Amino acid sequence: MSLFFKNIIRFVLILFIQIFVLNKIPPLHQFIVPYFYFVFILWLPFKIGRTPLLFIGFATGMLTDMFFKTPGLHAAACVLIAYVRPFLINLLLPKEATDWGNEEPSKKTMGSMPYATYLIFLTLLHHFYLILLEWMQFGSFFYFTGKLIATSLVSILLIMITDLFLNRKSKLR
Amino acid sequence: MRNVFLFLKRYSVFIFFLVLQGLALSMLFSYNRFHQTAYGMFSNEMAGNLNERVNKVESFFTLSEQNKALREQNAALLSYLPSGSVVPDSSFQLVSDTIAVDSLKSYRQYQYFDAKIISNSVFLQQNNIVLHRGSAQGIVPNMAVVGTDGVIGTVISVSENMSIVMSLLHRQAKVIAVLKKGSGLGEVSWDGKDPRYLVLSKIPKTIVVKKGDTVISSPYSDKFPPGLPIGYVEKIDQDQETNTYKLKIRTAVDFYSVQHAYIVKNLLQEEMDRLKSTVIKE
Repeated sequence: MSLFFKNIIRFVLILFIQIFVLNKIPPLHQFIVPYFYFVFILWLPFKIGRTPLLFIGFATGMLTDMFFKTPGLHAAACVLIAYVRPFLINLLLPKEATDWGNEEPSKKTMGSMPYATYLIFLTLLHHFYLILLEWMQFGSFFYFTGKLIATSLVSILLIMITDLFLNRKSKLR
Repeated sequence: MRNVFLFLKRYSVFIFFLVLQGLALSMLFSYNRFHQTAYGMFSNEMAGNLNERVNKVESFFTLSEQNKALREQNAALLSYLPSGSVVPDSSFQLVSDTIAVDSLKSYRQYQYFDAKIISNSVFLQQNNIVLHRGSAQGIVPNMAVVGTDGVIGTVISVSENMSIVMSLLHRQAKVIAVLKKGSGLGEVSWDGKDPRYLVLSKIPKTIVVKKGDTVISSPYSDKFPPGLPIGYVEKIDQDQETNTYKLKIRTAVDFYSVQHAYIVKNLLQEEMDRLKSTVIKE
């Protein structure tokens, strides 16, 4: 299976889980919205170019927006993390991004500490921007911080569970 | 000039980032106008189709509850049928009247379209509902949407076979409402916190309000049929700044599990609009 098709299938699966499973869960608390779809951008291969990455981020966001009925909201946040991702990888890893094969960020390829930093930083950034945009339209500061913390925790938990569950292979032919 | 191109080349990724970011933000902040446009139509149909398929599976699990609600409503409607009531014996002869307007006959003002809810959300700040009825079935924006238990929202966007409804759980949703006891005109909105509760404001303090009072749609609304339940008073707060109450009301409709809705067409709407526009012109 080529890298391209693998990622397309993954994208469809992740979006499906976000929209038809996570969005249907009755809310535990007003602060908690289980966001998971953006993990697709975090799991893209290292070697992907910066411009295509931005474009993929935008497309991911727009498709999610279609189902959330909020044109632009998730797209803006996705484009931001797609932009920051290469810088963060350069900071965390000694190798140049082009030196990698088809590997993608995971515990095995990055090491557990850099991977955790990568995960937590981008999750927080994504949620911060998303909730900030929502807050600029309405809401209070308490709502903003509370929602940021609660939603980020839930997202990180979801991603970590998925990581344990899938045991993604780092090498691909 | 060469430097300009060098600059563009060097920062091309950043510029591309800014362009995409700008595009996304402009879409977001022009949301209210935006849902009319092509993207709205396209994404409605596409997302709607997918939602509908999944919804078929989902609705299977709530069949018994939905059946119960529909049975109850059927029973209520059946009791209005003329065949169910006894006609008083009138031994005198009826004389046909020559007056053009029959003062005894009542005219129908509201027409109800049955619609299935194919997607719904409660935990966002702007919750929308998608219905499986659209312009092909005669739905136009600004029609009221009600459920078996009470008011659900307003149609804001229509495509061929789908329509998007701004539910009461939308930060921009506002419905004029009155208290069933003691009337008093107020406005129902949502504070975005708990999907089970709405806020009723602008009810003057001169009116006595008790916990459990019913809030119904106002007779002055041009969309909603009068007297439909919106919610029940749960908590009474005094607004310190103005001379009004701030009431927390429990929604009449259970937005978590609502599956069927009726779109209400006001048959007098066109005439009302025409009349109003003449006033505005002058």
